Amino acid sequence: MSEKVENKKAESEQAQNQHPISMYLKIWLLLFVLSSFSYMVDYYQLQGVLRWSLILIFMVLKAGLILAIFMHVKWERMALKLVLFLPPGAIAVFIIFMIIEANYINWNRLVSYLTL
Amino acid sequence: MASNEDKPMEDKAWQGVVKDWSEDKETFNMPWGKLMMWFFLLSDTFIFSIFLTSYMNVRMSTTNDWPNVSEIFSLVIAGHHIPLILIAIMTFILITSSGTMAMAVNFAYRGDRKKTVILMVITALLGASFVGMQAFEWTKLIVEEGIRPWGNPLGASQFGASFFMITGFHGLHVTGGVIFISVIAKRVHQGVYEKRGYSIVEITGLYWHFVDLVWVFIFALFYLW
Repeated sequence: MSEKVENKKAESEQAQNQHPISMYLKIWLLLFVLSSFSYMVDYYQLQGVLRWSLILIFMVLKAGLILAIFMHVKWERMALKLVLFLPPGAIAVFIIFMIIEANYINWNRLVSYLTL
Repeated sequence: MASNEDKPMEDKAWQGVVKDWSEDKETFNMPWGKLMMWFFLLSDTFIFSIFLTSYMNVRMSTTNDWPNVSEIFSLVIAGHHIPLILIAIMTFILITSSGTMAMAVNFAYRGDRKKTVILMVITALLGASFVGMQAFEWTKLIVEEGIRPWGNPLGASQFGASFFMITGFHGLHVTGGVIFISVIAKRVHQGVYEKRGYSIVEITGLYWHFVDLVWVFIFALFYLW
């Protein structure tokens, strides 16, 4: 019994180092397929909301796979995950501010061109 | 390692946070180099986010038409006109290099020095070819299309500024990564890390995967949008 626990302990310590190579090949293939899909979005000239949503979906999936598997975040402790994923929340807020600002500037430019 | 590791990590993720921060020891149980690399990558995330956000801002606020990116980066290969193909090839190259780097990290921890060095060299070569293709892309845009950071004949002048800043900064990261990987591969080959352990290969890998990660965002938001 204690031997089993010992084994499991050793396993969890070594877990991230002992993944089979086949796992990396599978993820690599998956990233290849996802990249092909996102290239297809452009190749077939999809437009509008469909284009934008597909681009974002493939982007998030690829980024998630790279982070989780290649960068081993999946096997890291929660304390590190918080360090990595909490601060970028500020970026999300910043992006929202910049969208509002960009729309405002665009509107002002259009108005000033009309009144010139 | 702490003694109470026998429960699966999933069951105590949040308890783990409290434990890691309150125990009278280092909060992050990993080599300091790895933690510092994570901090560096977090700061780099902010830099690239600001670049991409400013690109979003100028693209949304300009009243001129944005150039057709798909056409600018098209190539004629064997008589066929293929849109955005150069960027697609660069994407596949970078993803492949990320895959070989991940495998190099795995072999390093298994103690297989030969395979680690071979995979790292392949990674560096793929990275170098990526930079080469980027140099080709820049030359084409500057010389043939007349695109400058302050303007271009194809539409909104903000296109050049965003393009050169974002891809230039990413290209610098790739170049730095190629040098970094080459140096570490040489030292692994020399056996420098036999006693110290191979976490340095993982740290190098983290940097390289991050460069690939940034490219995923640039590819989606700049080239495809």
